Amino acid sequence: MNWKRSLIAAVAAVPLIMLFAWGFTRDPGTIPSPLPGHAAPLFALDVFAPGQPPLSRPVGDTVRLADLRGQVVVLNFWASWCLACRDEHVVLSTTARRYAERPVHFLGVLYNDRPAAGVAWIAEMGGQSYPSMQDPGARTAIDYGLYGVPETFFIDGSGRVAYKQLGPASEVLLAHIVDSLIAVLPQHPTAPATKSGS
Amino acid sequence: MKRNTLLVSAALLAALTGRAGAQAVGASVAPVAQQAAADSVLEARTNAVATQLRCPVCQGVSIQDSPAELAQQMRDLVREQLRTGKSPDEVKAYFVSKYGEWILLQPRASGFNILIYALPVLAVVGGLVVVVVAMRRWTKPPENPSI
Amino acid sequence: MIGLLAHDALLVALPIMVLGIVLAPVAVRTGRREWIPIAYSALYTNFLLVTIATVAMIVALVTHDFSVSYVAQVGSRATPLFYTVISLWGALEGSILFWAWVLALYGTVVVWLNRNRPGNLIPYTALALLAVSLFFGILLVGPANPFHPVFPVPLDGPGPNPLLQNHILMGVHPPLLYLGYVGMTVPFAFAVGAMLSGEVTGDAWIKLSHRWTLLSWAFLSAAIIAGMWWSYEVLGWGGYWAWDPVENASFLPWLTATAYLHSMILQERRGMLRLWNVNLVVGTFVLTVLGTFLTRSGIISSVHAFTVGVIGYYFLAFIAVVLIAALVMVAGNSDRLRTSGKMDSAASRESVFLLNNLFLTAFMFTVLIGTLFPLVAEAIRGVKVSVGAPFFNRMSLPLIVMLLFLMGVGPALPWRSATAAEMRSKLLPPFIGALLFCAGALVAGARSFYGVVAFSFVGYAAVANLREYWIGMRARRQAHGEGWATALFLLMRSNQRRFGGYLAHLGLLLVALGIAGSSSFRKEREATMKPGDTLTVAGQTIRLKGVWGREEVQRSVVGATLEVLKNGRVVGVIEPHMNYYPTSDQPVPTPQVRSTIGGDLYLTLMAFDPNGANATIRAIVQPLVSWIWFGGGIVVLGAIIGMIPARRRSNGALADTDLVPDLGAIAAEAAP
Repeated sequence: MNWKRSLIAAVAAVPLIMLFAWGFTRDPGTIPSPLPGHAAPLFALDVFAPGQPPLSRPVGDTVRLADLRGQVVVLNFWASWCLACRDEHVVLSTTARRYAERPVHFLGVLYNDRPAAGVAWIAEMGGQSYPSMQDPGARTAIDYGLYGVPETFFIDGSGRVAYKQLGPASEVLLAHIVDSLIAVLPQHPTAPATKSGS
Repeated sequence: MKRNTLLVSAALLAALTGRAGAQAVGASVAPVAQQAAADSVLEARTNAVATQLRCPVCQGVSIQDSPAELAQQMRDLVREQLRTGKSPDEVKAYFVSKYGEWILLQPRASGFNILIYALPVLAVVGGLVVVVVAMRRWTKPPENPSI
Repeated sequence: MIGLLAHDALLVALPIMVLGIVLAPVAVRTGRREWIPIAYSALYTNFLLVTIATVAMIVALVTHDFSVSYVAQVGSRATPLFYTVISLWGALEGSILFWAWVLALYGTVVVWLNRNRPGNLIPYTALALLAVSLFFGILLVGPANPFHPVFPVPLDGPGPNPLLQNHILMGVHPPLLYLGYVGMTVPFAFAVGAMLSGEVTGDAWIKLSHRWTLLSWAFLSAAIIAGMWWSYEVLGWGGYWAWDPVENASFLPWLTATAYLHSMILQERRGMLRLWNVNLVVGTFVLTVLGTFLTRSGIISSVHAFTVGVIGYYFLAFIAVVLIAALVMVAGNSDRLRTSGKMDSAASRESVFLLNNLFLTAFMFTVLIGTLFPLVAEAIRGVKVSVGAPFFNRMSLPLIVMLLFLMGVGPALPWRSATAAEMRSKLLPPFIGALLFCAGALVAGARSFYGVVAFSFVGYAAVANLREYWIGMRARRQAHGEGWATALFLLMRSNQRRFGGYLAHLGLLLVALGIAGSSSFRKEREATMKPGDTLTVAGQTIRLKGVWGREEVQRSVVGATLEVLKNGRVVGVIEPHMNYYPTSDQPVPTPQVRSTIGGDLYLTLMAFDPNGANATIRAIVQPLVSWIWFGGGIVVLGAIIGMIPARRRSNGALADTDLVPDLGAIAAEAAP
């Protein structure tokens, strides 16, 4: 029995086992997004669910990301068939209402769903305080590297994606990120204090 | 009657998946897919790129093979980008910029990734060397003829 | 109640197994050989106890005893009986129980058959079997306990995963897989027994384990084919192999086991490759442990991944122990196992076997690297990369093509050495087959380089293997005047291993043809159709009749009825559908396939509009797919024939000349 060779062979196994052990420390299902830190992809999407005053927009109105430069944008992708979206719906709606006077826009984007189903879902959930848009062909979703719902993107005042949230957003998280992004907004003399109209 | 109830429940179920109503409601779901290209050359080029891109909501299948809605929409996007004159590499680069390297079904052969292409080749070459050397040694006549 | 009984049985099995693990080596070391049968009894008793637990689980499932945690997890009153019974292996805990039972069964039969053999090989083999069984026993009372009492007892359960209720092959693929996968523990146990007892320098352990290896290999081959068939029929993309990590996990040990089936013959005939064979056997088992680790730990995402818990850490510990123990034992014995090796000539079947091992091992290595690379890349670069079908197809095609070629050369060349004339007469005729197949492929439209080469080599190997049958039958007819059928039967009867092997080759060639045909000539089209619309793909026309819905006991189904037209006449009806299960918001698309010898018409219902009765149908025409399943059956048949005990002549000598050790050659090599 050649013990010296045995020892060398056993040591050779260690890196592999360490690799496997390391494998437990991360989630194979999440895909890190390359978007944070880069310019948020522009979009021009039509509203299908108006939201509620004072944040509402008329149905059929086109929302362009380019118009919202200089303010914080919270872009939330959702679907009526998405169970986890139910968890964050109330949080998003109430936070949006709370920040109504602040330079931040909450926007919903419907993902792979029929607008009629989306409207019915909103009614079932007791209303949505901010408008939601439809995304034909999921072009915008793909532009944002979506691979599930809900996903929420936080866009800062200079139009860059600051943070991507996978899964339902909590109230604490929402407030924290929105506050920090508002705090670093460039001070623009023409920046509107409220968001009536466009 | 019963069949109508079934169709209604089917409709509700279909709504859950968001698949139905492609014609019924119009605007929302993938109108581009229905112009499924008569242009077979474009189709072949789309297939060639689509087999290299991973479906983000499936397990390891390409967007060419996956029946998932997002995969079909990505395929449509690939087709459209190719039609407007982008090269396959540019199309792939677009998806990499959105989803990261993960979206490619085989790693780009650069940097560390070269190992995955080089090691198997080295294994075959190295193995061939070992086999040839061993065979030479084994077919050599014995140096000391047995008594 | 039944859950408590089963759980107690599993608990009691643990100290019994520990007793056996302690007694076996102690009995050998101290010479108290009367303790050895007690150690064997530990194996038998464990089998009895695990059987009690397994039967209890089946009873609990069938009687919908929701007080048992596993039943509460996968059971449902609405699920049909067949799927209720097979949900035994549908989720993690049940599958571990099933694994433990198959392992206990193998261990018991193997040891019982060899219980009277003197020496230390069997006691140490039993030790190895007990040690592996102990691990699974610990899992079953710990993290994978399927018998947790549930209180309050639910009235009903969610039923098995919808994907697992969709096709009857779900009742076939997992048992076959476990019988094959777990079966590889047996040759491993023999190898460990040989190393620990010192008998590894001899061939007894190989002879004793050979039939078990072949049996496990046959099961594993059947399981892989059944798995391919299942995914083809169920998953809806018309493919049968996606190089998913768990598919690879079943394929890796198959590759090394196939290599071993060949190199083992070299050891038996020429005494060569002793160390290499031990490496292959141990490596095959380590790969099965690796495979199950990857599936159940959650560190790699995959279609097969079970839901993850703390069990991953147990498997990490297991693979660490197995890997280190295997390396220590094999490296430590490497001196003893080195043989000088002797070959007559490079122009011989021996060298073909060496090349066979080379390419199979390289193939295994390639698939292993590809499977583990995402993990390694993420650890080192911090970036997630995917390694999918394009990589594996590209890197494995050259190796597969080489193996196809070797499958034709090996049977043609004789042992030891071949003269130039012999080589000509044996290696040239199959080229006719290569040319025929090459021409056929080109005429049919194949244009890819590897596609045409693969077809050509399939033709080459087919003729080579068939020729061996023909030469043998012709010789028998000339010598004994037998009819063709008798000649064939007696030929195979007197040379089981060889002709069983050639039959397995032919089966594999059918599989290769099926794969090459379906990938080279696949055509697909997708269209949204109204009732009355037709769609034509590659000369096949289908017409949509209508969209319908129906309720079944455990699911709702929405489907489309399509008629297959030939010259305007309806020759078949296909109804692809979507199954909606109450527990899942995504339907399970259920394609339907119309298979003929020539090819398959594969239809998937992609989308539908309940109002206008529209349906989006994807139609795929793939030639030769059924040859894959049929070829798989032939492979298994060949393996079974090879397992039949060799006939002995009246003087006791083996009738199969392939099995007779080449004593002259071994003696010459052993001489100083």
